[in-house]
Amino acid sequence: MKRFIVTMTGLIIALLLLVIWNVTSGSVSVDGMQMWQVLLRQTREGTFYHIVWDIRMPRLLAALFLGGALAVSGFLLQTFFQNPIAGPYVLGISSGAKMLVAVAMILCLERGMQISSLGMVAAAFIGSLLAMGFVLLLSMRVQKMSLLVVCGIMIGYICSAITDFMVTFASDSNIVNLHNWSMGSFSGTDWKDVGMIVVLVTLTVLATFFMAKPIGAYQMGEAYARNMGVNIRLLRILLILLSSLLSGCVTAFAGPISFVGIAVPHLVKQAMKTARPLYLIPGCFLGGAAVTLFCDGIARSLFAPTEISISSVTAVLLVPVVIVMMVKREDARA
Amino acid sequence: MEEKMQGIRASDLVVGYEGKSVLKDVNFWVRPGQILTLIGPNGSGKSTLLKSITRQLKTIAGQVYLAEGTMDAYTDAALAKQMAMVTTERISPELMTCRDVVATGRYPYTGRFGVLGKEDEEKVQKALESLHALEVADRLFAKVSDGQRQRVMLARAICQEPKILILDEPTSYLDMHYKLEILQSIRNMVKEENLAVVMSLHELDLAQKVSDLVACVDGETIAKIGRPEEIFCGDTIACLYGVSAQAYDVVSGSMFLQKAKGEPKVFVIGGGGSGIAAYYTLQRDQIPFAAGILSEGDVEYKAAKALASALVTTPAFYPIEIRQMAQARKWIDDCDYCICTLDAFGPLNQANKELLSYAKEQGKWIREGEKPWQK
Repeated sequence: MKRFIVTMTGLIIALLLLVIWNVTSGSVSVDGMQMWQVLLRQTREGTFYHIVWDIRMPRLLAALFLGGALAVSGFLLQTFFQNPIAGPYVLGISSGAKMLVAVAMILCLERGMQISSLGMVAAAFIGSLLAMGFVLLLSMRVQKMSLLVVCGIMIGYICSAITDFMVTFASDSNIVNLHNWSMGSFSGTDWKDVGMIVVLVTLTVLATFFMAKPIGAYQMGEAYARNMGVNIRLLRILLILLSSLLSGCVTAFAGPISFVGIAVPHLVKQAMKTARPLYLIPGCFLGGAAVTLFCDGIARSLFAPTEISISSVTAVLLVPVVIVMMVKREDARA
Repeated sequence: MEEKMQGIRASDLVVGYEGKSVLKDVNFWVRPGQILTLIGPNGSGKSTLLKSITRQLKTIAGQVYLAEGTMDAYTDAALAKQMAMVTTERISPELMTCRDVVATGRYPYTGRFGVLGKEDEEKVQKALESLHALEVADRLFAKVSDGQRQRVMLARAICQEPKILILDEPTSYLDMHYKLEILQSIRNMVKEENLAVVMSLHELDLAQKVSDLVACVDGETIAKIGRPEEIFCGDTIACLYGVSAQAYDVVSGSMFLQKAKGEPKVFVIGGGGSGIAAYYTLQRDQIPFAAGILSEGDVEYKAAKALASALVTTPAFYPIEIRQMAQARKWIDDCDYCICTLDAFGPLNQANKELLSYAKEQGKWIREGEKPWQK
């Protein structure tokens, strides 16, 4: 409990600092005074106003909420598969979402329509569920966890290949956007998207939080959870739906983002020294938000004005975490 | 006045996987304060039965009755307050202390977020105490020994305050110390909480001692159910496991390997348990042997009967007669060697002393431990 409060406080402070950093830094720097003026809406004109209010604020809010969603989604998948390296990216779920969003975009563009953000989310959700369905089918045959992850990565490759194929042969010039998006990026998020993201992610994470008790029971294994009176079927369905909704939402707005879903739950567990969902779900949300905001800040500012894809940054920073975690786990087993 | 159904009762139960039956016509009734132990060979369906009466598996036909009627009528949550279990599945919950694991037993009683109240904490503490698991309470569950884990899992089950406890091989992986301790704890819990217990055990000797009822599961049905003394007699056990009648001694719970084949080469003069070591040695070397003259009430009689190719005996508490002497002499004549494991011969055992002298005269006597048959 003490560690929970300390960790949460630390994360909130880190988030505040990261927000300030993200608002002020970039290809145009904004100083603190200007930032406050804009945020408090004292001026409604000028370049700074537009940079901060129309570009940076929506972007950082998207990074914050979607990052949190990714980490929670990773935590749910790890619980579901009882596998510490499960996550939406490695299991191919992000790629499945990406594929369906690409299909939806191309279909819409060919008919001369712009796809709505709700349509994107719906497509991504269905794509997530499809990929998840494949992984589930495999998980019935494949008991070994490492093998399941390998299968997930393969599914991811197939989905990515199909997406690339479609992008290459799509005729419309608008497809350039699609290419950027499929690399993973928070750029170009507007306030309308943010509203949608905040509502969707908040509702889903809250729903997850209210399921903390049965999820905790599920960590004891299916047999014991059932013996404690958990409706396993319902719980499994809800876990799949919620995690797919979360990762679908992320993919729809920002494209696939790697490793946040694996590394963050692990880091938060280590910081809190517990795996209790009641503590971990809020912890993962804040942790995912902080890590993603940090990575997006780097993606924007490291080679400004050129932007690098967010997944490059998360991979470089988080893969070592994942490797250390796996090695430690092997050591503990030996 | 109709007596209210207590404990757990199975009536014409058919259990199995995906509609394929493993066990049929399963009937039993375990009342509060009783332990029913399922015994039977590997793969005979003990675990399937236990999974079916804990709702891990759907039953195919028949009914399980609990206090409030059929098990089907219970919701998952209501059943959780009736019945707790410990499976053979090894769980490895992450970053959970033993106390945390025990506390999960309070699940059916806690609120929306599963936060323990003061009363819950006390019950966790009490359960840890009664299973002598306090010393490991704050250590990580993943880091404690198998025996301690089993204690913790039992404490968890007790914390759930069940009326019925289902245990699948509660003593597997455990050393003797823990086996005894766990079974003693189960017995104590049965008495203190008036529990009805259904469990499976591989250790027949322990099943015989700890159970009120024993059921023989033979892969098709419950072949026989009854008090331990009704099961552990005759060749019921030998038949159940498909071993020879001599391989298992129902009185002592000892198991014996197969006797060496062929005509006896060594004659063992034993008695009072002194010969057992020699029998085992000869069996290991695969030397067929004869033994005698033993009283049928002797402690080593069962071992000799299981391992010796020929045996000269007298009925319990009868003196040794000329007839048996002659028989024994003949066996010594036919054997190459004779071993005597007795140091002294009492007044009623002069016949065996005579046999020893006879063997010495024949030049067949060897000391125990000598192995002239090895080259």
